[in-house]
Amino acid sequence: MYEIVEKENLADNVKLFGIDAPLVAKKAKPGNFVVLRVDEHGERIPVTITDFDAKKGTVTIVVQEVGKTTKKLGLLTEGDALLNFAGPLGHPSEIKNYGHVVCIGGGVGIALIYPEVRAFKEAGNTVTSIIGARTEDLLIFEEKISKYSDKFYITTDDGSKGRKGFVSDVLKELMDGEEKIDLVMVVGPVIMMKIIAELTKPYGIKTVASLNPIMVDGTGMCGGCRVIVGGEAKFACVDGPEFDAHLVDFDNLMARNRRFLDEERMALEG
Amino acid sequence: MAEAEKKKKKIPKKTHEMPEQDPLERIKNFGEVALGYDFETAKAEAERCLQCERKEGKELCIDGCPVEIDIPKFIKCISEERLDDAVEILKDKNDLPAICGRVCPQEQQCQKYCTLGKGKGRDPVAIGRLERFVADYDMEKGYSAPEYITSLSKKVAIVGSGPAGLTAAGDLAKLGYDVTIYEALHGSGGVLRYGIPEFRLPKAILDKEVGYIKKLGVKLETDVVIGKTILVDELLEEFDAVFIGTGAGAPMFMRIPGENLNGIYSANEFLTRINLMKAYKFPEYDTPIKVGEKVAIIGGGNVTMDSARCALRLGAKESTVVYRRSEEEMPARREEVEHAKEEGVVFKLLTNPVRYLGEDGNVKQMECIEMKLGEPDASGRRRPIPIEGSEFLMDVDTVVVAIGNTPNPLVPSTTEGLETTKRGTIVVNEDGKASIDGVYAGGDITTGAATVISAMGAGKRAARAIDEYLKAK
Repeated sequence: MYEIVEKENLADNVKLFGIDAPLVAKKAKPGNFVVLRVDEHGERIPVTITDFDAKKGTVTIVVQEVGKTTKKLGLLTEGDALLNFAGPLGHPSEIKNYGHVVCIGGGVGIALIYPEVRAFKEAGNTVTSIIGARTEDLLIFEEKISKYSDKFYITTDDGSKGRKGFVSDVLKELMDGEEKIDLVMVVGPVIMMKIIAELTKPYGIKTVASLNPIMVDGTGMCGGCRVIVGGEAKFACVDGPEFDAHLVDFDNLMARNRRFLDEERMALEG
Repeated sequence: MAEAEKKKKKIPKKTHEMPEQDPLERIKNFGEVALGYDFETAKAEAERCLQCERKEGKELCIDGCPVEIDIPKFIKCISEERLDDAVEILKDKNDLPAICGRVCPQEQQCQKYCTLGKGKGRDPVAIGRLERFVADYDMEKGYSAPEYITSLSKKVAIVGSGPAGLTAAGDLAKLGYDVTIYEALHGSGGVLRYGIPEFRLPKAILDKEVGYIKKLGVKLETDVVIGKTILVDELLEEFDAVFIGTGAGAPMFMRIPGENLNGIYSANEFLTRINLMKAYKFPEYDTPIKVGEKVAIIGGGNVTMDSARCALRLGAKESTVVYRRSEEEMPARREEVEHAKEEGVVFKLLTNPVRYLGEDGNVKQMECIEMKLGEPDASGRRRPIPIEGSEFLMDVDTVVVAIGNTPNPLVPSTTEGLETTKRGTIVVNEDGKASIDGVYAGGDITTGAATVISAMGAGKRAARAIDEYLKAK
């Protein structure tokens, strides 16, 4: 059992959990994820690691309530425990000094881009961060991310905070501006990652996306998470989850993520 | 008296049938198909055994058993109604008899060497069924096993809780070592848990068998992915020896167009959802599974049969095995092929898919090509050759790809100095010793995908070698 030692409501339906998992905390790196199971009847879901503290032995995750499992998770509080919590899984992000890195996080992806922002900054990069959400209420981790960013932009779809519009609008302006961009790193909804990839491609800017396919085991034994990268099937859990965004078949990923839509709805209602 | 003795010696030619669930009933549930012998039948079957004596140069049932069970001896105990003694003899060599009695391909092992079975028109003694009977008797009694206490200070780490790891762990515990098994998944047993369905191996039985291993003093740590959570190098700092039994769990795909369409599963994903995650009980359990009306399962092994039979139980109208060779070359157990046929699984032989066609991202059709058999290949089986121009379309809405697995690369790729072959298997000597001092390996990670019992045999040999290594150290 893995005890919840911290819980915070970040936004409507977005919750942060600090989990007591010393072995995972000791090995975790930006870009890694865990597979967790809430209880005996539960399913295994992958969740990106948002933060980790090897000394305290804790791992932080941020979860958006979108279905039965994440809602079940949302009901838990400090002192409760998760039945299973395995990791850290996947390849860590390739962190080095690229020069100027633009980090883009959308929705709950904002929390997931945070460890990258920090690591890129600590590796000596100039970091520009763009975070976006539908409305102001859904913006999270603003202070944390701005602290490690040389430039920091906020967008909301409805203009309730920061710029009205999308993260891609800001990126477009940056790319057309004076400053050279050496790497774009994006975490968010598949459609957002697809748009960003299409935007940077003509500019020839290296772009990395952290993919979020459906997973079961998370250790490479089932291929449920397979994605098409450069025309080849890759297992996101062991070959990724980060890939060259210009090579990813995002339409296939979107279709595959709809595989169990009916069942997911049924589970939620049942 | 003489009359009675004569009567006693008349051995039935045929083995005693084991009762089974009716095919039409059993495809509606995941309950066990084969129901097991009762005492009377077990005794009668045991009395068929000729009690052959071991002679130089003559191969007997024992020689076909990878874990070296003294078969005639435990069978004799059954016929003499000494079941507790039978348990003791079985468990002296095999810690998981309830599993082996169910899933071993006995026709290729112990029963293949049975003297009785060599006679014309005679069946071999049903050794597997008798093993299962004795094991189930022991289990129902709550195990007669003595509790072992760790008596040595030396510690051994086992990576993977499949048949190889469980066997090595049990044997080392009995020798007095302090043993810890590390398992990546939340459930123990490896393929016994996620691969083999309930209707062949009830998970309650697996739980009891694993419980027995724990009773021997073995510690089991789940959710620990060796190579990620802890490295083998780190295990070597804490433990005196390490045994790697991580199996061949990486699924192969055919890499043909359309394979990433929705509705196409690897057998590992399909079976893991069903067996480990209990998706057949969705929505009582949270993991979903989707099976359409027309299911095609690609392959010809036991995993293919398991998947095809699971599909029927999940409500598929048609469950078709598509295999590129003929029935004769199928590596699946005879018994499982028969069970699948009884249940209504259709066999489309000498056929191979070449691409999948979809609609809205979902698989709708499969283009196949007919095959003919050529000369035998390296595996000794006749090589399938596509017949030009024989392509045809098959309507499908679900496909399960069951063409095999390769060794899981997680441990080899994160352990410096661990020698592997081109196929990704760990290189070991005949004792299971790997290229790093103190590291042993066995089972599918050293051989590629094989059988439960051969993995157990490897675990047994490695345990013996680890014991010798640690005693000399």
